[in-house]
Amino acid sequence: MLGYYMRLALKSFSRNPGITALMVLAIALGIAVCVMTLTVYHAMSGNPIWWKNDRLYAVTMDNWDPKQPYSKLSPTLPPPEMTYKDARALYRSDIPERKVVTYATDGVISGVGAVPSAHVRSRVTTADFFAMFEVPFLYGNAWNRNADDPAQPVIVLSRQENDKLFGGANSVGRTLRWNDHEFRVVGVIADWFPRPRFYDLNGGNFDPAEDAFLPYGWGAALELLNNEETDCWAPEKIDTFKDFMASDCIWQQMWVELPDRSSRERMQAYMDGYWAEQRKGGRFQRPRDNRLTNVANWLRDNRVVDTDNRVLVGLAFAFLAVCLINTVGLLLAKFLNGASITGVRRALGASRRQVFMQHLIEVGALSVLGAVLGLALATLGLAAVHHLYAAAHLNRPGGYQELTHFDSVGVLWAVILALVATLAAGLYPAWRVGRLPPAIYLKSQ
Amino acid sequence: MLKMQDVSKIYRTDLIETYALRKFSLEVDAGEFVAVTGPSGSGKTTFLNVAGLLETFDSGSYELDGANVRGLSDDARSRLRNERIGFIFQSFNLIPDLNVQDNVDVPLRYRRFNAGERGERIDSALALVGLSSRARHMPSQLSGGQQQRVAIARAIAGDPAFLLADEPTGNLDSLMARQVMDLLEQINEMGTTILLVTHDPELARRAQRNVHLIDGQISDFRAYEPRSLPAGGAGAGAMA
Repeated sequence: MLGYYMRLALKSFSRNPGITALMVLAIALGIAVCVMTLTVYHAMSGNPIWWKNDRLYAVTMDNWDPKQPYSKLSPTLPPPEMTYKDARALYRSDIPERKVVTYATDGVISGVGAVPSAHVRSRVTTADFFAMFEVPFLYGNAWNRNADDPAQPVIVLSRQENDKLFGGANSVGRTLRWNDHEFRVVGVIADWFPRPRFYDLNGGNFDPAEDAFLPYGWGAALELLNNEETDCWAPEKIDTFKDFMASDCIWQQMWVELPDRSSRERMQAYMDGYWAEQRKGGRFQRPRDNRLTNVANWLRDNRVVDTDNRVLVGLAFAFLAVCLINTVGLLLAKFLNGASITGVRRALGASRRQVFMQHLIEVGALSVLGAVLGLALATLGLAAVHHLYAAAHLNRPGGYQELTHFDSVGVLWAVILALVATLAAGLYPAWRVGRLPPAIYLKSQ
Repeated sequence: MLKMQDVSKIYRTDLIETYALRKFSLEVDAGEFVAVTGPSGSGKTTFLNVAGLLETFDSGSYELDGANVRGLSDDARSRLRNERIGFIFQSFNLIPDLNVQDNVDVPLRYRRFNAGERGERIDSALALVGLSSRARHMPSQLSGGQQQRVAIARAIAGDPAFLLADEPTGNLDSLMARQVMDLLEQINEMGTTILLVTHDPELARRAQRNVHLIDGQISDFRAYEPRSLPAGGAGAGAMA
C-alpha cells in the first residue's frame, strides 16, 4: 500500500499546488534556519581534539588574590593562565609524555625577497606543541626540544604565511627575519583550523591559529610579551622583563599529555607538592586548587559557547515551531477540504487507520520535499554567512567562517529534523481526517 | 442476511434529541431487491448509513451475514464494508483526479488483491456496465449516466453480497435513469442483494418489495409481483 499511498500523495500535491508549495516553503524555512544555527552551534561546541580527551590536560594553579577569586563570574575556577615561574617549574617534571608552555605574541617578518615587511600573528612555544596537538605539516617538521631553550633561530610557518612569503613553495631551509632577527624555516603547517582554538582561549575563541611559531626560549631572549591576555593582582614593582617573569602575573598557557590515570595522579601530586613548597614561601594563599582539566571541561569552564548562541538555537527552534504550526493549519485545511474524497474511501472500505496512514505518507512526502529545499536554503544561507565572516577576516581561512561548513552531521540533522518535526506536525491533521464521519461528506459531495 | 431488530439512531444536540430511526426492524434475505421509500427526513439515508456500517446506532441489534456488527472495531467494520457491501450514491462520488479504472480500483486496493486479480475484476466490472472503452477517461469526460455506471462498476468489482443505492437515479434524466435501473436489476438477477433508497414510487415498483418509512419507523411495506428472481430467490420478511 505504500506505493499506492505515495501515488495518492503526489495526486494530492498536484490537486492543490499552491497550498502544497506554501507548506513545503514553511517547512523548508524552519528547517533551514534551524540547520544553519545548529551547524554553527555544533561547530562551536565541538571538541576539536576529542580523541585525546583522556590524555590532554590544561594545567592551572590558583595563585590569585587571597581576598577575591580570579573571576567573579566563575569564582570556583582558578585563573586560566600560569605565571612564567610556575610554568617553568612544572615544565621541569618528566611525568608528562608531552608538555607545552606557550603564549601568543606579535612580530614583523621581513627579509624575504621583494615581499614587504608585514605584521604576523606569532606564538612562542615549546617543541611538543606540534606533536601534542597533532598539527599537520605540509613541508618539513617541528623543531626538537633541544631548540627550545637556549632558543635556536628556527621558525615554523602557516601555509598561508608560506604562500604569502614564498608563493607556496617548499621553504624549508630558507631564511627570513622575524623582528629583525634571522630565522630558518624548518616546517610549514598544512591547513589546521582547531575550532575553537582550545589551546589558547584568551584571544577570540574562534580566531585562526597563528602564522609563525618560534621556540619558547625566544620569549625571554627577545623579551616578548603576551599580546592577548596578561593579568596581575599583586602590587609588585615591575621595571624590567626579568621582573615581569618573576612576578605573579599570569600570561602563559600550559598543557600536558598524560597517557594514563597513574601519570595523572603523579602529575597532580607533583603540582600539589610544588604548591605546598611555594605556599611555605608565602605564595598561593588561596585554598589549594591545582587542576588538570581535559579539553571538554576546559571548553565548558571557559564558556566557549556563550549564552547568546544557546538563545539563538532556542529562537531558531521557536521559528521552526511557528513554521510547523502554520503547516499544521494548512494541512488541516487541505485535508478537510478533501474530506468528501476521504468519505468515499471510507465508504469503499478504508479504515481510519488506513486513512491516517495515507495522510501520514503525504505528510512524509511533504517533509522530504521540505528537507531538500531546507537543505538547499541552509547551504545558501551558510555560504552567505561564510562570505561575511571571510570578508571580516580578510579571507584568511581558519577563523569564524570555518564554523559555517555544512558537514554530513548537518545534513543528517536536517533530514531527521524535517522528518520528525513535520511528521509530528502532521499527526494531528492525519488523525483528525481519519475521525471524520464519512456519511456527512458523502451526502455533501 | 440483513437483520435489524429495534434499531434506534438518535442525533443529539444540547437542547433536543431527534430520532432518525426509532425501534426500526427489518429483515432482508439474500438476493432480494428492496426499495426503501419515504418523504424527506423520514430516515431513509440514516437507515442506509447504518446498514452500510457508515454510522453506528444507539440501541437494538443488527446482524449482517449472521455476524452481530454492534461493538465491532473500526477495522472490522471497514473490512466488512469493503468485502460485503457496495455503495452507489446519488451524486456518483467518483474521485475526480482518478481515471475510471483507478476509481474502480479503490475498494480492491483496500481488499489487498494483487495487481493481476485487481485488473481482472476491473475489466469484468467495466465490461458489465459497458464502459470498457472508457477505462482511461477521467470522470469529468463522462456523462452523468456513464459516471453512475462507473460508480456501479466500482460497487460491484469486489463482488459484494449487498448493494446499497442511495437515490442512484436522482441526478439523471429519465433515459439514463432507466438504463441504471436496468443495470441494477441485472446485477440483482446475478444474486446480489440490493437495497434501494428512493423517493420515486415508480422506481420503487421495480423492486420486489417496498418498505415505506415515516419518522424513522416503517409505516408500510408492500410486496410486488416478482420479477424473474434468481435461483433460490428470496422471500420478503419485513417486520414493522
